[in-house]
Parts: sequence; structure tokens; C-alpha cells
Amino acid sequence: MGMTMTEKILARASGRESVRPGDLILAKIDFAMGHDLTIPPAGKIMREQMGAEKIWDPDRVAVTQDHFQPAKDAASATLGRLTREFSHQMGIKWYFEVGQGGICHTVLPENGLVLPGELVVGADSHSCTYGALNNFATGIGSTDLACVMALGELWFRVPETLKFVYHNRLQEWVEAKDLILYVIGKIGVDGARSKAMEQVGETLKYIDMEARLTITNMAIEAGAKNGILEFDEVTKEYLDGRAKRPYTPVFSDPDAEYEKVFEFDAAAVELGVAKPMSPDNYAPLSEVIGTRLDQVFIGSCTNSRITDLRRAAAVLEGHKVAAGCRLIITPSSHQVAIQAEKEGLIRTFLAAGAAWTTATCGACLGGHMGVLGEGEVCLSTTNRNFPGRMGHPKAMVYLSNPAVAAASAVTGVITHPSEVLKHMPAGIR
Amino acid sequence: MTLPKVIRGKAWKFGANIDTDQIIPAKYAIYSLDEIELGKHAMEGVPDRDGWAAGVEAGDILVAGSNFGCGSSREIAPIAIRGAGISLVIADSYARIFFRNAINLGYPILQSPQAAEAVVEGDELEVDLEQGIIRDFTRSDEYRCEAFPPFMNELLKMGGLVPWVRERLRERRLAARA
Ligand code: SF4
Repeated sequence: MGMTMTEKILARASGRESVRPGDLILAKIDFAMGHDLTIPPAGKIMREQMGAEKIWDPDRVAVTQDHFQPAKDAASATLGRLTREFSHQMGIKWYFEVGQGGICHTVLPENGLVLPGELVVGADSHSCTYGALNNFATGIGSTDLACVMALGELWFRVPETLKFVYHNRLQEWVEAKDLILYVIGKIGVDGARSKAMEQVGETLKYIDMEARLTITNMAIEAGAKNGILEFDEVTKEYLDGRAKRPYTPVFSDPDAEYEKVFEFDAAAVELGVAKPMSPDNYAPLSEVIGTRLDQVFIGSCTNSRITDLRRAAAVLEGHKVAAGCRLIITPSSHQVAIQAEKEGLIRTFLAAGAAWTTATCGACLGGHMGVLGEGEVCLSTTNRNFPGRMGHPKAMVYLSNPAVAAASAVTGVITHPSEVLKHMPAGIR
Repeated sequence: MTLPKVIRGKAWKFGANIDTDQIIPAKYAIYSLDEIELGKHAMEGVPDRDGWAAGVEAGDILVAGSNFGCGSSREIAPIAIRGAGISLVIADSYARIFFRNAINLGYPILQSPQAAEAVVEGDELEVDLEQGIIRDFTRSDEYRCEAFPPFMNELLKMGGLVPWVRERLRERRLAARA
């Protein structure tokens, strides 16, 4: 019997010939990640409760200061300090200080730290993002992370795999974000609960690595354990000159077993949004055009890499944010910010009247720099809009791609980007 | 810390897809090392449940619909619920990280679609953890829970992942000395 990519990685990491869905395994970890909210408890559990003095391999751990950093208040300053002290005391090699890293799920891929064929865990639910690079990556809790740091191993239940096959190319304006929102709308926020989401097909050939990261980023929004894509030319090119270790891609066997196979015609996917208050509350954009907005947020590990900012800037160029609305743009990493500066994108944002912030999670989790008040309506390029996610439980959040977000900031209501810019200029990705 | 065999308490009922931002809004992550403080804010993000935690009596049982605990990986979600005084969670189904976190903490969470459907808020429940049976005295009914795989049972019985890791570290130290 053949195995899926996910099964192959878990078999290798647990030292077995093969694994089957439902098996409970103890597997070796190739790379682990924690941040300012999860390192302080994990470090404390590891040292004080588990009695471990050092990390199993400080070269295989990354730590970012991203969630409430730069510190939003005195309590988060303490979390930042505990994170910093622990990282230094443990000799963690990949520690990213405020102003030098950014959001974990952008920082790890862009630094070539998470690689094909690997078993990666992160103490953050969106760690599934890394699967775009053909690895098994999943989110874990703080006690889990403490266990990983102490032993370099962790228990897993081998998931069933769901296969998603995408046919044809996406239409003009339609982005990876629209595709994944559409898919989650179809299967629901628990449609892939605890399962592997393997996504393949012709459509992905035309989707670059940054947009692929958007697709796997949202696997958790369908409840998936991991999202995983095939290794191809696009993966290889992205990793050339970036990968920090040698790697071995994995491929699903032709006779691998899937719990279910879904087929989607990507050409039929329209521009869309997730309406309040759930990421599976999909609606075609046409249904919500004209919805009045208090805030537009372009940010997060989902949609704030350089290609996202380029599209937002192309739409905003020569325009102003509508009166009565505010636009907040938060790059997802320091490298993205540097590149945006080089390309003159920041000038465009500032001229449009946007608030440009440092690279951080910020408004995405209702942390700081864009928290919503009661009854406010926001269009956001982030990944989840459960009640209270970005602030008050009665704030309303719509999710969209960055071009839609930028166009909507210009008009102050949800708007099709072609209303503001006829066509996306060739070459803008 | 080992689990009691039988837990009794009054039911609090929640719906489907209650995510971690509703269980404990992200802003309280600053209290990640303070279970009592977290407990005061448990379920605060659920619309129209203002002040819920203050009404919980130690030992009460939380009963929820499907996909309970979806969303973020924050371990403070089960910790906040425990901190509020909830002795046990029963749900139709769980999001996987919430499930992992609870097992790792040695905090009992049961899966019972039957109970999730039938139990009404305020019902008096008695849960036999060993046999996996939920008795509803208010409704004079009985519901079954799904059994955990052996390894998870072992973790729960040991009191979670911490003692398990301690044991493995001890083995490794012994092996290194030999
Ligand atoms: S940007 Fe948002 S979703 Fe991404 S890691 Fe930060 S808080 Fe989580």
C-alpha cells in the first residue's frame, strides 16, 4: 500500500517503514518554533516542571518577537523579556529581535529554515503555513513545545489525508486567498478537522510561493492538522540560495489512500470574502459590494508579504483613503519592509493616507495598532474572523485579498478592485 | 495529580465552533502564567455571555457542540476553563490543538455527541471517567463517551505530558551514564 506525503514524513520521523492513519507515533522533530506568547510558558514548563536544563538542538529552534511586540504594555514587555532571556540562555540560533524579524510564519520560510520532507512544529496554530514548502508542519501548544525542546520528539496521531485537486487557472483579480476562502466555505471550519489537507493540481503551477503560503496558512481554518503541497520547480527556485540545510522532497505514491478527494475548477472561483463571524462564511464579492467600512487592515502571515504589498500599492497609487475610513498596513516581516521601501511602495501607502506600521501581528489578533471597537466594521486580509478576534466581540470582520482591501479603503465601502484600477499591471505579483 | 473516578457537577451549555478567541480573548495572553486570572475571563469572547466565569461553581461541567476550541494554538484556552472551576469538558467534537493541549495538561475532556445533543444548561451530571458514562439526573438519561486511544489514556492517567517527559529525561540520563 502506498503512502501520502504526510504519511511518508511521519514514517521517516518515527523510524518506521510505514504508518497508517490513526497510528499513534513518537516522532523526531526537524525544526521547532515559538514566539513571545508561547515561549514564556513553554520555557517555564520545560525548565521548572520537566526539569530539562537545555534544548535538544539550539540550531533547530526559531523564536520570533511578533505577537505583542514591540511591547504593547508592561505585561507584554515582561513576555518579551522572558522570551529574549530564554532564547539567549538556551543559545537558540534563530532568535529574531523586534525590528529584525517579523511574523513567524513569514520569517521562517523567507530565511530557508523550514524545508521539504521535514517534520516541523510551531507553538502557533498557523504553523501549517510551512507545508507550502512540501513539509509536514503543524501547530502545537506550549506543553508540547516544552516537550519538543526537552526531547526533540513529540507524539502524533497519523492523520487521514484529504486530497484537493485544483483544475485550470484563476481568473483575473482572483488570488490564492479567494481560492482558499472558497474551499473553506465549501467544506466548513471543521471540514478537515485533524486531517491532512494535500493540495495539488494544475492551478498551483501558476501560483508563486508567496501565494502558496497563503493557501497552506489557512488550512487550520478548515480545522486541518497540516496543509501540504507538492515539490516542484517553484519550490526549488524559492529555496535555491535560501535553504539552510540540505533537504529531500517527498511525493505521494500513486496508490496512496485518501479519505476523500475533492475536485475544484479554479477558473470558476470568483473574487470573494468571508463574512462575519467565521472564515467559512464565504460570499462572492458581488454579494457584499457597498458594505460600509470603518477600517481596512492589510497585514498578517496570510497576506502581507511583498507580492501582497505590491498589489495593494498598485491599487492605491494616486488615490486617497476615503474619509470616514482608515487603512492600516503592517508588513509581515522586516525583510518585506526593506523591500517595500526599496520599491517605493511605502511612499505610495503614506501618500494615500495609510498608517504604515512595523512588522508584527498587531491588529490581526486584536493585539495592538488597529484593535476594533464595538460595532465597527473591518475588511481585513487576515485569516480568521471569529467573534472578538480583532477586538470587541461585536465588531464585524470581513476577510479578503489585498487588492480588494486596498480598493475598498479608497472608496470606504467593499469594492471590486477594477473600480479603482482597470487591470493589474503586467508583472506585478 | 491523578484524575478522580467520578465527577459531579452542573452543566453549562455552549454551541458549535466555539473558537479559542471566544474561550479566552488574545489580550489575556499576557496572563499566560496565571491560571486564576485567566479563569476570570474564560468564555468572555462568547457573545451575550458577559460575566459567565463569575457564575461558575467549582466542579461544574462545560458541554459544547462540535469543533470546540478551534482557532489558535493557545494552551491558555483549556487552562482558562480549568481556572474558572470547570472540572470537565464534554463536546460533540474538538479541534485538534485544543484536544492535544487538554490531554497534555492531564485535563479530562470527553467526546460525546449524544451528551452534546441532549444535555440542557443547568442539568445535574455525573461522569464516570473509567467507564466513559455520563449520567444526566435532570433528564434521567445516560450517554456514552468515545474511548481514548491507549497512549492518550496513559498520558491522562499520569497527569499529562510533563511527568511523561520527566520519565523520558530520567531514562536518557541513565542511558548516558551507562
Ligand atoms: S499574523 Fe495573525 S494569524 Fe499570523 S501568527 Fe500573527 S496573530 Fe497569528
